[in-house]
Amino acid sequence: MRLRLVPAETAFDFFKRWKLWLGISMVLILLAFGSFALRGLNYGIDFRGGTTIRTESAQPVDVAGYRDALGALGLGDVTISEVFDPTFGPDQNVAMIRIQAQEGEEAVTADMIAQVEQELRAVAPDIRFVSVESVGPKVSGELIQTAVLAVLLAIGAVLVYIWLRFEWQFALGAVAALVHDVILTIGLFSELQIKFDLAIIAALLTIVGYSLNDTVVVFDRVRENLRKYKKRPLSEILNLSINETLSRTVMTSVTTLLALVSLYVLGGDVIRGFVFAMIWGVIVGTYSSIFVASSILLYLGVKRDWTKPDKSAGNQFSNVDA
Amino acid sequence: MLHIDLWKRVLIWLTCAVGLWLALPNAFYPRVETHNDAEAAIAKGQTGPELSAAAATWPDWLPSGLVNLGLDLRGGAHLLAEVQVGDVYEARMEAMWPGLRDALRPERAAIGTIRKQPSAPDEIRIRIGNPDGMARALEVVRGLARPIQTLTGVGSTDIEVRPEGDQIVVTLSEAEKLASDDRTVRQALEIVRRRIDEVGTREPTIQRQGADRILIQVPGIGSASELKDIIGTTAQLTFNPVVARGSDPDAQPGVGEKIVPALDEEGLYYTLESAPVVTGEELVDAQPSFDQNGRPAVNFRFNTTGARKFGDYTAENIGAPFAIVLDDEVISAPVIQSHIPGGSGIITGNFTIEESTNLAVLLRAGALPAGLDFLEERTIGPELGQDSIDAGKVATMVAFAAVLVFMFLSYGLFGIFANIALVLNIVLIFGLLSLIGATLTLPGIAGIVLTVGMAVDANVLVFERIREELKTARGPSRAIELGYEKALSAIFDANITTFITAVILFAMGSGPVRGFAITLGLGILTSVFTAIFVTRLMIVMWFERRRPKTIEV
Repeated sequence: MRLRLVPAETAFDFFKRWKLWLGISMVLILLAFGSFALRGLNYGIDFRGGTTIRTESAQPVDVAGYRDALGALGLGDVTISEVFDPTFGPDQNVAMIRIQAQEGEEAVTADMIAQVEQELRAVAPDIRFVSVESVGPKVSGELIQTAVLAVLLAIGAVLVYIWLRFEWQFALGAVAALVHDVILTIGLFSELQIKFDLAIIAALLTIVGYSLNDTVVVFDRVRENLRKYKKRPLSEILNLSINETLSRTVMTSVTTLLALVSLYVLGGDVIRGFVFAMIWGVIVGTYSSIFVASSILLYLGVKRDWTKPDKSAGNQFSNVDA
Repeated sequence: MLHIDLWKRVLIWLTCAVGLWLALPNAFYPRVETHNDAEAAIAKGQTGPELSAAAATWPDWLPSGLVNLGLDLRGGAHLLAEVQVGDVYEARMEAMWPGLRDALRPERAAIGTIRKQPSAPDEIRIRIGNPDGMARALEVVRGLARPIQTLTGVGSTDIEVRPEGDQIVVTLSEAEKLASDDRTVRQALEIVRRRIDEVGTREPTIQRQGADRILIQVPGIGSASELKDIIGTTAQLTFNPVVARGSDPDAQPGVGEKIVPALDEEGLYYTLESAPVVTGEELVDAQPSFDQNGRPAVNFRFNTTGARKFGDYTAENIGAPFAIVLDDEVISAPVIQSHIPGGSGIITGNFTIEESTNLAVLLRAGALPAGLDFLEERTIGPELGQDSIDAGKVATMVAFAAVLVFMFLSYGLFGIFANIALVLNIVLIFGLLSLIGATLTLPGIAGIVLTVGMAVDANVLVFERIREELKTARGPSRAIELGYEKALSAIFDANITTFITAVILFAMGSGPVRGFAITLGLGILTSVFTAIFVTRLMIVMWFERRRPKTIEV
């Protein structure tokens, strides 16, 4: 008795409406851009500079009281939000306080933090500062730069790798799919205004990895089938390959999602945003490897006029075995 | 057919055994940690029955490498400091003036009077009375330049001298500035390390980052500001001749002089000669003590050159006041009563016992060569860290159980093989993390959980392939063999692309992100290893024993 999420034989026609799928993706991408342009991202202090203080106390969080206490200090933009989480005990009342980078300060101001802590103690005597993080404007600027560079480098490196192992059309399809995933993820973060910090960059790169993982498995099968069925049209081969790997795609997505969802629910609020990005990434990554990467491959076509019929899909690197 | 050489089997099981062996200490984290701390203390020369007992909690023949817990899990402070390398230029120029003056003095017949002019902090301007003697003056000053011994600075000298009207302008050369910056950062790094060691906490990370930054991470410390107090104080001690005292902070000091406030008396300002007689660099020891009135003080001792300079100066200036300056504040300005040979002395001031102890520590560790700007500071409380560990543990367990059950339901016996491989996989990750002394962070735990999800992918690829091959019905052993063979290229490509992103993440990332990249990267390596070697070996061994006519995957 086996649990089967996908029947042994499937023959879905994934490309009957490939223009529609690409169209939907285009619309989603435009929406993501629109949201990014209109709402921007809710940058954390890693990218914007400033201070976040996480407080914990046995008595309930008095957001208004905190705000009044800090208002007198004239710190500019101060955001205070209470954090709720199922993993908290009954005497854990947590708030996050975010203070913008102070005007004209290149470095972190210790006095300001000390003052804030003192003011808050006056409101809630048992308050504890479980984490205090400050990033100066100089560093936050650099962090943005390296983050963007890291994502671009990862995409570039992967493009080169797939291009070496497959035909260039595959590389383009795979990279289009992962750029699609990255854009949609950023769009979602912008739309929901989830805090965007360094950890999210890690999540983005993981999505890049996951999306590729998925795409490459499909493409590998496409390459194999292209050699096997030399006369069949490309759309049929793509369809066949996706159907053949569908069971694996679903299995892996489900195990990964099982793990991520348990982390999302039980892993605490500190990494929730990060895990959320990854869950979303697994979903769009799975979608895009089928509907974006393959559709683009179909659109671009693949050279199939091989002079050496036995082993020439790709180039001299494509037969390297592990 | 299905065949794996004996030596390969031995190698595969041996690898797993070594991984298990290396990961073992992590199962007894607190015990091993106590043991390691005690060992470290004993290595430092401390002894005692408690230490020996603590060291004996974990046998010596077992491995004692642990996965380092990152600050976000253990709690602690993180600081990113920028060394103000420019500070040093000023001190260098200041120290150069007496030498220049002495070199030019004998030439007064040719060049006329010599006067130091006000100037930017990183240069010296000297006006000479007779501009016709400029050529000679430049020659003399240039004669003081010393060659630089660096790779990039071959052939250049440490100072640049140029005429400007009737003035000689001396600046540090670009090559010397570079060399100086490097020295300054190294020295700052060393001093930060010594100061933190004095406080004695566990495994601090003190690293140079980029050209002029220092990254400091100290686990277990209560707050970043505490850490800043320890390392941030410059503790630049100098002994300067006093020119005058007054109450006007804005009084115009003469050239080569500066106004410095008194530490203990509000509104009192000293005019001092800028060039110090002796500096704290020449101290060899400083200890907290008490003066003759029983007030806290600091005893100090100079090295030979310092002692000679101090001795000479006190011999020549009996009756004159003499300022002890710490970080641009006059601690005290005693009048020299007699010649002080031997190079030891006492600093008194309005100290508390704690202050005098701290001052002694700071002086002993040496002065920071330049100021530090703190660009980033993070404090994570130990409770938050513990909460994160607990949450991470529970989440990992649940994720693990869910995946195990799911794999069993989907693939039956083969699923169990994959599950054993998955468990081994996690063990191997911990073994590798302990071996390389990597740091486990909160995102790192997420990386492990993600690995749990993705690690089965290679197995899934193989199993699905075996299922397919079974349809063409060429017998189970052939199906298994082909399944592995054909899935290999997909496993290889899919994992290499993910590995590339992990490497980039590691290279570009910092802190927690790096921790994530490490576990993700190691997880890929171990999952490929377990999928294509360990599960395969298990399946082959099972197959040899049972010889089934049909299999169900």
